[in-house]
Amino acid sequence: MPHLVELENIYKIYHMGDSDVHALDGITLTIDRGEFVAIVGASGSGKSTCMNIIGCLDVPTSGTYRLNGREINNYSNDELAEVRNKMLGFIFQQYNLIPKLSVIENVKLPLLYAGLPEKEQRQRAMAALERVGLAGKAKNRPSQLSGGQQQRVSIARALAGDPSVILADEPTGALDSKTGREVMLFLQQLNREGNTIILITHDNSIAARASRIVRVTDGRIVYDGPVEGDEIVAHGHTAGRGDTKEGEA
Amino acid sequence: MGITKSFTMALSSIVSNKVRSLLTMLGIIIGIASVIILVSIMNGFTKEITSMFDDMGMTALTVTITPRSIFQIEPDEFYEFVEAHPDMLSNLSPSSTVSGSFKTEDMSGDDAISGTCSGVSEAYMSIQRLNLSFGRFISYADCENKSRSAVIGTYEALEMFGTCENAIGKVMKINGSPFTVVGVLEEKEDSTESSSDNAVYIPYTTALKMNGTNIVNQYTVDVVNEDMVERAKALVESFLLEKMGDDEYYRVTSLKSLIDTMTDIMGKMEMMLVSIAGISLLVGGIGIMNIMLVSVSERTREIGIRKSLGAKHRHIMSQFVMESGVVSCIGGVIGILLGSSFSMLAGNALDMDVAPSVGAIMLSFGVSVGIGVAFGFLPARKAARLNPIDALRSE
Repeated sequence: MPHLVELENIYKIYHMGDSDVHALDGITLTIDRGEFVAIVGASGSGKSTCMNIIGCLDVPTSGTYRLNGREINNYSNDELAEVRNKMLGFIFQQYNLIPKLSVIENVKLPLLYAGLPEKEQRQRAMAALERVGLAGKAKNRPSQLSGGQQQRVSIARALAGDPSVILADEPTGALDSKTGREVMLFLQQLNREGNTIILITHDNSIAARASRIVRVTDGRIVYDGPVEGDEIVAHGHTAGRGDTKEGEA
Repeated sequence: MGITKSFTMALSSIVSNKVRSLLTMLGIIIGIASVIILVSIMNGFTKEITSMFDDMGMTALTVTITPRSIFQIEPDEFYEFVEAHPDMLSNLSPSSTVSGSFKTEDMSGDDAISGTCSGVSEAYMSIQRLNLSFGRFISYADCENKSRSAVIGTYEALEMFGTCENAIGKVMKINGSPFTVVGVLEEKEDSTESSSDNAVYIPYTTALKMNGTNIVNQYTVDVVNEDMVERAKALVESFLLEKMGDDEYYRVTSLKSLIDTMTDIMGKMEMMLVSIAGISLLVGGIGIMNIMLVSVSERTREIGIRKSLGAKHRHIMSQFVMESGVVSCIGGVIGILLGSSFSMLAGNALDMDVAPSVGAIMLSFGVSVGIGVAFGFLPARKAARLNPIDALRSE
């Protein structure tokens, strides 16, 4: 069985005037089913670019990316959209819910684009909302919910499509520490239920909740292994350029 | 994602921005309403004009011989020609007009009615579809005898004799010569001076004598049916060319071709007015495009979210095209309603039968939907082409 996520010598180079910026400078990484991986790095380290490529929101300048054994380098925009729709679930820092749609309509969106019949959309969206404990708020607008609740709605939206990979980009970044902890506990629970989760964060204490750490600095992987082996995370030191905050965990 | 879903999405987006949507629609509303009003009024006007000619002889050809002509056509020659072509031509009336004043013996010269009196033959009545209310028309014998008989319209009858009935057998003076009124025509309009009820007919032979000539310079020929008018006209023209040698010396006109030309002109005028109104539709369309571009910019983040969740190019396209299509379509419906009510009001004010045609309404509706889709296309494509990462990052 192929690896779920397989990055092979991925480069992402931006041309800024005369100079080239290597956002990703030869990343090779494999992630298997059921893993809970935290990609950690300071801002500008390339972790977001890495997530964009894994999330099929961006394509690498060179290198091979295989998702579930399928090479998706040469996919068209519509094919990438299809992959995002069927295989990936996103959880964003800013929740990214559409404010004028109700909670359930937001959760239904990926199912709508998957072309499922209306009835099935509703059933699966409700099931996803029940999993995050917000079935009662289905008719509400996102603005009527607290930050933690909104993030749970976005988790429900990510789960609704039953994706192979859940990509969580700073999922606790906009939440207070207590709510952030709850969200992380929930992600851990999802992982125990068999979901593959890739967490992108600058926060070592958050990263410590994962079972594997991939540390990215200047577009390269400087550490890839269990939490215990990563000095900075394991010992609670401040990483990189000092823009990481000490967590309570 | 079905049409209904896109439609409800578009509708909820429009409703959530009521004032803006209404202002966006305004251009389309005004454009469609003005097209409907103009088309309705022009239609009413054309109908009004053609109905005026409806009861006149649509099959008549009028032949005018130019006074400069060195050749003449004798009535007998023309009669022979008409008789030789019974498949196309049915009747002939030589005519000659005399302008003059009409009065009764009792009336003073100051009260005399000035007008034109037409010298015609007995066939003229059927050629021009005239109807009598009293008495008889000019007869063959009248023409042969150059008799002083006159058939008058209701305007003259009422002016000179009070009632139409009274006029029969009375004497009237045309340029001083006494004529006996033998018939009164039916009222066609309102018996005023400017109406077709102002008419006096006398035998053409008498008219020629009054003009001091024996040259007939006008003939009215009847064609067997309306469809033959153009062919009959060509036939008469070839006959005249043969007789006169040059087409400068005569002119053949038909009421039908006159009306055809007129409706043609009205049609062109209508097209021109509609095109001008169409400019406001164009402006309305640009307004829609402008607002849709603003809307795309405002909703960049939403577009990014949708794309990250798997929306394809066509999903985003259809969302925005549908939205501008629906805005324009609602504007079109409002414009049609406004235009129809205004044209009915105008119809009442102008006392004309002004009703918007079903065709104009359907066309306007189609045009407004088309404008929405066409002018929504560019903004929608802009939205669909957004890079999901940049879109997600925007505030």
